[in-house]
Amino acid sequence: MILGYPLLSVAIWLPIIFGLLVLATGNDRNAPLARMIALVGAVLGLLVTLPLYTGFDRMTSAMQFVEMKDWITHFNIHYNLGIDGISMLFILLNSFFTIIVVVAGWVVIEKRVAQYMAAFLIMSGLINGVFAALDAMLFYVFWEAMLIPMFLIIGVWGGPNRVYAAVKFFLYTLLGSLLMLVAFLYLYLHSGGSFSILEYHQLRIPLDAQILIFIAFFFAFAVKVPMFPVHTWLPDAHVEAPTGGSVVLAAIMLKVGAYGFIRFSMPIAPDASHALSGVMIALSLIAVVYIGLVALTQSDMKKLVAYSSISHMGFVTLGFFIFNAYGMEGALLQMISHGFVAGALFLCIGVMYDRVHSRQIVDYGGVVNTMPKFAAFFMLFAMANSGLPGTSGFVGEFMVIMGAVKVNFWYGFAAASTLVFGAAYTLWMYKRVVFGAVANDHVKHMHDLSSREFIVMAVLAISVLVMGLYPLPLSEIMHASVNDLLVHLNTSKI
Amino acid sequence: MNYLSTLFPAYAEMFLVIMVSIVLVVDVSLPKHTRTLTYLLVQLSLLGCSLITVATHTMGAAHLFNNMFVDDLMSDVLKLLTYLSVSMMLVYSRSYLMARGLFTGEFLALVLFSTLGMMVMISASNFVTLYIGLEILALSLYAMVALQRDSAVATESAMKYFILGAMASGFLLYGMSMIYGATGSLDIHTIATSIATGTAHVNLLVFGLAFLVAGLAFKLGAVPFHMWVPDVYHGAPTAMTMFIGTAPKLAAFAFVMRILVEGMQPMMVHWAGMLMVLAVLSMAVGNITAIAQTNLKRMFAYSTIAHMGFMLVGILSGTLEGYGSAMFYAIVYVLMSLGGFAMIMLLSREGFEADNLNDFKGLNQRSPWLAFMMMLLMFSMAGVPPTVGFYAKFSVLNAAVQAGHLPLVIMAVLFSLIGAFYYLRIVKLMYFDAPESHEKIYIQPDSSLLISINGLAVLGLGILPGALMNVCAASVQQSLLLP
Repeated sequence: MILGYPLLSVAIWLPIIFGLLVLATGNDRNAPLARMIALVGAVLGLLVTLPLYTGFDRMTSAMQFVEMKDWITHFNIHYNLGIDGISMLFILLNSFFTIIVVVAGWVVIEKRVAQYMAAFLIMSGLINGVFAALDAMLFYVFWEAMLIPMFLIIGVWGGPNRVYAAVKFFLYTLLGSLLMLVAFLYLYLHSGGSFSILEYHQLRIPLDAQILIFIAFFFAFAVKVPMFPVHTWLPDAHVEAPTGGSVVLAAIMLKVGAYGFIRFSMPIAPDASHALSGVMIALSLIAVVYIGLVALTQSDMKKLVAYSSISHMGFVTLGFFIFNAYGMEGALLQMISHGFVAGALFLCIGVMYDRVHSRQIVDYGGVVNTMPKFAAFFMLFAMANSGLPGTSGFVGEFMVIMGAVKVNFWYGFAAASTLVFGAAYTLWMYKRVVFGAVANDHVKHMHDLSSREFIVMAVLAISVLVMGLYPLPLSEIMHASVNDLLVHLNTSKI
Repeated sequence: MNYLSTLFPAYAEMFLVIMVSIVLVVDVSLPKHTRTLTYLLVQLSLLGCSLITVATHTMGAAHLFNNMFVDDLMSDVLKLLTYLSVSMMLVYSRSYLMARGLFTGEFLALVLFSTLGMMVMISASNFVTLYIGLEILALSLYAMVALQRDSAVATESAMKYFILGAMASGFLLYGMSMIYGATGSLDIHTIATSIATGTAHVNLLVFGLAFLVAGLAFKLGAVPFHMWVPDVYHGAPTAMTMFIGTAPKLAAFAFVMRILVEGMQPMMVHWAGMLMVLAVLSMAVGNITAIAQTNLKRMFAYSTIAHMGFMLVGILSGTLEGYGSAMFYAIVYVLMSLGGFAMIMLLSREGFEADNLNDFKGLNQRSPWLAFMMMLLMFSMAGVPPTVGFYAKFSVLNAAVQAGHLPLVIMAVLFSLIGAFYYLRIVKLMYFDAPESHEKIYIQPDSSLLISINGLAVLGLGILPGALMNVCAASVQQSLLLP
């Protein structure tokens, strides 16, 4: 508790309360009011998380800002919150993107505005809860609860095939979560009646049980990441979701899965992680290379970026399972950078979609002639997506590749191929959409960025550049926690 | 006078009998078109019963009438929830029944009679008392289903309900008679001791047990004894369906507890195996068949079957933890089901039943608040946190894992995933689709308030489930461990 109030609780509940307030404004007659309250809520939501950054002690890997209260005494479940250098960054990222999403949906969303804004605010609070929870059940509740607003966002404001995508999204993730619940129940029994995640980290578990636990967690987290064989919901969800939904999905939701690996799978079942690392690396490399090739063939821009996300998240899981500091920190930087870059790309596509109402690459061409400012921003984000040095995309990928080469040259080689494929699919799309002569009347009538859009783009562009040029503050914060995680990973828990 | 004061544990039942008689007499003398006074009298009786139940509560178990009747914490808690559920059902269904001309004195009297039956079942500690309670309940329910005399569907389902219910009662009686033959007693505790000491004939016991379990499964609607459930749920007027689907499940839970757990605990190896088959089949058939339904009442019927299967998982764990979780599950189920059926009645109008899935299309545009309540109820039935349905499933699964039934737990989890699909479909209809009719929804203020409380309770208990869990755990503990 710093500054006299429980920071993490506020970070979780403030957006939720504002979400309920927005909901209370009722129907679309009050839309302007709903937007204003949502914006205030989102901005306050970011402001209250800033002390987490300023008051953070970089020297320790212990949990900070810890809050602990009894919740369900019958099962010894506690309302236990706390953050380390890893989760803190994601809480900031999430609170930041909530503002972006609210601003991005300002005029685009016309029907049921209050419900749209409320869903995002409530989801933002729940996601903060996921990152801050130190009790497995509390984590689970936040984890599952955040599905509900996302399900509604895709289903209500999404594209033509939204129902299929929403249901697929929900059931896929629910399957994984339920298996995770069984793993929690086992751990609860095994630990003698505790749901504390930190206690789980100290638990000795035989290898066969570790492997089962790892597999249960794998289903929960791999679906969210998403990793190669269970990734098929993501392109559907992305294509059908409204722009804001896509942004949150890419920038935050995917990170929640990767975060799960760090918080649960690896420290609780380190021996199983080592035993199964071959499989995990293989799946990650398949995601990097194969999904990269799949992205190359897409004709729908959102689908292309969705596949590119899967490919980039393959980097993240690769970085985790090569078990060295380069890989781990690189993966974490990649997660944050991907949040900004993919979020920005989805916003760019959203900007074009709002004007032309198409996401097909063939419907565009020569956008630079009508939207020069936009084309410049889009260029920067496309470059960042292909990992150009100087942008945030480069740092993470480079570190992961270095880490991979240390373990096995061919891992690094396969991973590095993304620099080619990534550049190929992103820039080829960029070329077809932006360059050339004006393709049709729709493009001819496109108007350049409004000032609202310009500000959003500029903020994201600056972030991408700053992170690319000077990533030290980020890696400083996560350093102690990453080292602690690696120590955990290298001590056998059998 | 002195004798009367020793009867205090059964005061609530006695009070109710007196009140039913008063209601019957008063109702005859009232004009035909209004039943307000009768309705208020019935609500008052339920309120009176709850006050008496609270006032006569004692620590430990009070036995009465040569151990035929018991009053312990579990019975008090279940009875209070029964009154609550019956009273909520009356509030929800009043205008629905009035619009259909079914809000009659007979109906209200039957409601009180069946409540009495449930109370006797809950407090029974002898096979005869159990059976009497069960029959008071069942006969009132048959009559309630058949109350809509001019509806062929209702009459047909009443017929089905009666024939299958009578058969189930036959099974139960047959099983009881064998247990009596093996142990020489109908008293639950004597039976338990004589089984434990090994004086009873084991083959005969197992044979009787099989019949008892079959009878129980009939009453609970567990597969393969579930055939009556969808037809009765579908055919009966929605108010009656709501009644059948809610409070009697609490009584059925008590029934299972008294017979299997208190009476036949030493035979657990046998009945746990039987219940496991029933539970797995119920979850499978219930959840999978529910997907194919287009009628909401039929869908709820199959969902009830699945829920009962889930509750059995708690009981078959055979631990205090398990019984407590099953009790919690039953209570939560009743709460959710009340809300679910209420929603059908609230959307219905005179001459129109909103019991098709399509009637829920676009509800979010017609009434965002009702849609939100229904969404909470549906997510709760699917077991998604932060609603209370999740904790019900969680505590049952936890008990089963502790008892070492891991494969069963994984099956339960997979079936609830399948179950999530059809609950999601309702959310999808309400939120993603356009409405088919724009008819204004008019709801009485009392039902409107109650459905809000009901929906928010599902969420509130989901955020703070601890108290109810502790109550369930304590009641089970007291009634099983204290003499």
